[in-house]
Amino acid sequence: MKILVTVKRIPDPDESLKFAAGGLDYSASKWVPNAFDEYAVETALRLAEVVGGTQRLAEVIVLSICPEASRQHVTQFLAMGADRGVIVDADPDKLDTVAVSKLIAAVFKKEACDLLIAGKLSQDNEGSQVAQRVAGILGLPQACFAATIDWDQTGRALNVTREVDDGVETKRVPLPAVVSVDLRIVLPKSVRNGSTPATHAYNEGPRLASLKGITMAKRKPVAVLKPADLGVAATATEQSVGVAAPPKRKAGQKVKTVEELFDKLTKEAKVL
Amino acid sequence: MSTVLVILETAGGKLRSHCLPGITCAAQIAAASGKQLALLVLGADPSSAATAIAAAGYGAAAVHTLAAPTLEPFTAEAWADAIVHAIKLTGATVIGGSASSTLRDALPRAAALLDAPLVSDVVAVKSADTFTRPVSSGRALLDVKVAAPVVFFTARGTEFEPAQGGAAVSVQALAAPQVNNLGVQVKGVQKTESSRPALTEAEVVVSGGRGMREGANFKILEELTDLLGGALGASRAATDAGMVPADLQVGQTGKIVAPELYIAVAVSGAIQHLAGMKGSKVIVAINKDEEAPIFQVADYGLVAKWEDAIPRLIDLIKAKKSAS
Ligand SMILES: Cc1cc2nc3c(=O)[nH]c(=O)nc-3n(C[C@H](O)[C@H](O)[C@H](O)COP(=O)(O)OP(=O)(O)OC[C@H]3O[C@@H](n4cnc5c(N)ncnc54)[C@H](O)[C@@H]3O)c2cc1C
Ligand SMILES: Nc1ncnc2c1ncn2[C@@H]1O[C@H](COP(=O)(O)O)[C@@H](O)[C@H]1O
Repeated sequence: MKILVTVKRIPDPDESLKFAAGGLDYSASKWVPNAFDEYAVETALRLAEVVGGTQRLAEVIVLSICPEASRQHVTQFLAMGADRGVIVDADPDKLDTVAVSKLIAAVFKKEACDLLIAGKLSQDNEGSQVAQRVAGILGLPQACFAATIDWDQTGRALNVTREVDDGVETKRVPLPAVVSVDLRIVLPKSVRNGSTPATHAYNEGPRLASLKGITMAKRKPVAVLKPADLGVAATATEQSVGVAAPPKRKAGQKVKTVEELFDKLTKEAKVL
Repeated sequence: MSTVLVILETAGGKLRSHCLPGITCAAQIAAASGKQLALLVLGADPSSAATAIAAAGYGAAAVHTLAAPTLEPFTAEAWADAIVHAIKLTGATVIGGSASSTLRDALPRAAALLDAPLVSDVVAVKSADTFTRPVSSGRALLDVKVAAPVVFFTARGTEFEPAQGGAAVSVQALAAPQVNNLGVQVKGVQKTESSRPALTEAEVVVSGGRGMREGANFKILEELTDLLGGALGASRAATDAGMVPADLQVGQTGKIVAPELYIAVAVSGAIQHLAGMKGSKVIVAINKDEEAPIFQVADYGLVAKWEDAIPRLIDLIKAKKSAS
């Protein structure tokens, strides 16, 4: 089994935004991994490892479309435990989602992978569409917004619960397939691979890199490709032409007592 | 004339109300571009829902139906194929609808099949080809200009008025699509049963955060919610801890709400939470920590423990109700 995990670097969401003409200026930003991609890598590692054993059930490859020189997030995920990396050397901010998805699909095919795990959303551009697009391009089944994954090794399928507007949907997808992960995939018992004891509870959240992992990361192979190597041409179907800060809410007031709050809500805001 | 096609969702032979803002957004795109508006209803047997929808018209020129047994229960695989099929038959060049979990799953896949861009979570239509959408937890609004023969969109439900009924139109059944669900099996949706209004449509939302400490303590928030005829919401910390079901989460990765009144109780106001409720008309925050960031967006902030404040607030509301 080969699992491809897409990982994106994003400008630190805790920094304030810098507005420029026509878009946002990230030139002075600190870059960090997209949180949902940390969850995606954690998911892949939980599927691949057998807790309590030494066997590995899958190879975990992390893929990022990013400038070759800005690969720190890839190294970080190798330190966390991924086996190797693939970088498609391009500035994703100059590509549209159409092209980014095609590049990911092309790598998936080239590597003959069995499973793509993507984040549900990139925290900067919030498209929430790459996984679905890649599944469409590859003609593969998809299970998006996954909250839990149970790998049926004998049936070569994943049983996934997905977070939907009305509740939780259960979907079984035969492999090869595409999954996008939601926040709750990193709760202690969200991922099962059929080999790690079902009673095992993980620590909540993505694991931290160990010292050994950090040392080993430097020795793990990272292939660097160009979009042209994958036969994908840059397209420009979307262009950002303006940006604005959302309207500010006007300053509110502090009330001292519940009575005062009730009074304001009935007489001033007239909402009770 | 080319068409703006809205993908609708139905349940029990009726249009689901969360689709109505998507029609409004599509109508604005149609008006800006001189295109006509059409609606698409798909399912195993969409005819009765389509008849009801066509009777209300919603300003569309036609209501199309696509019927195939594999379209129910919903799968992104089958829906994307069917939507692509409908686009080819109707010649639609702009396709979209409300940003529900259903369309967020199926539309990007359909867009990829047609090599078309998709603009997610549109909050405003600037012109025929330029749409505004929030990015970075709603901290910026980007104007995106799209240039492609076919364009997809999803519309943020809180930012467009629900479409109003108008003149009746006819139902046009399209030839059955070839759909392939690729061997996936859907075992249905485990619904969170609730007699309360839908979170995204409620006039009042009462949300609890980590400071509620445990699920049992949400009882008192439920009492307040029901007194106000509202819906219950929660922060990620509360849903992750299992205090309430995950579909109650408000925020960047949960529901986007914009009620008349939002009451945040023991919620700190992290940026991802604010992204889901900042559009509310009146925001009330009750938190024991006066430094909590939620107070920066609250119209009325009360520094107090919920244990003290909520029972008192309930009493005052009850007293007012029995007096009137
Ligand atoms: C990628 C990503 C996506 C996310 N998406 C979302 C999202 O969609 N929605 C969301 O909500 N979060 C989201 N989060 C999480 C978010 O960053 C915060 O961690 C979360 O919102 C915190 O929840 P909280 O306010 O309930 O808890 P805390 O931040 O722990 O706050 C608890 C509050 O309760 C108060 N309190 C404690 N006891 C009492 C008491 N007795 N009475 C009154 N007040 C009390 C405290 O003063 C504190 O302010 C996301 C995070 C990430 C990384
Ligand atoms: N430049 C990129 N490189 C690698 N993966 C990406 C890139 N952009 C998006 N992705 C993946 O697609 C997911 C969803 O992104 P989006 O559709 O942009 O919200 C992310 O969580 C990543 O897993």
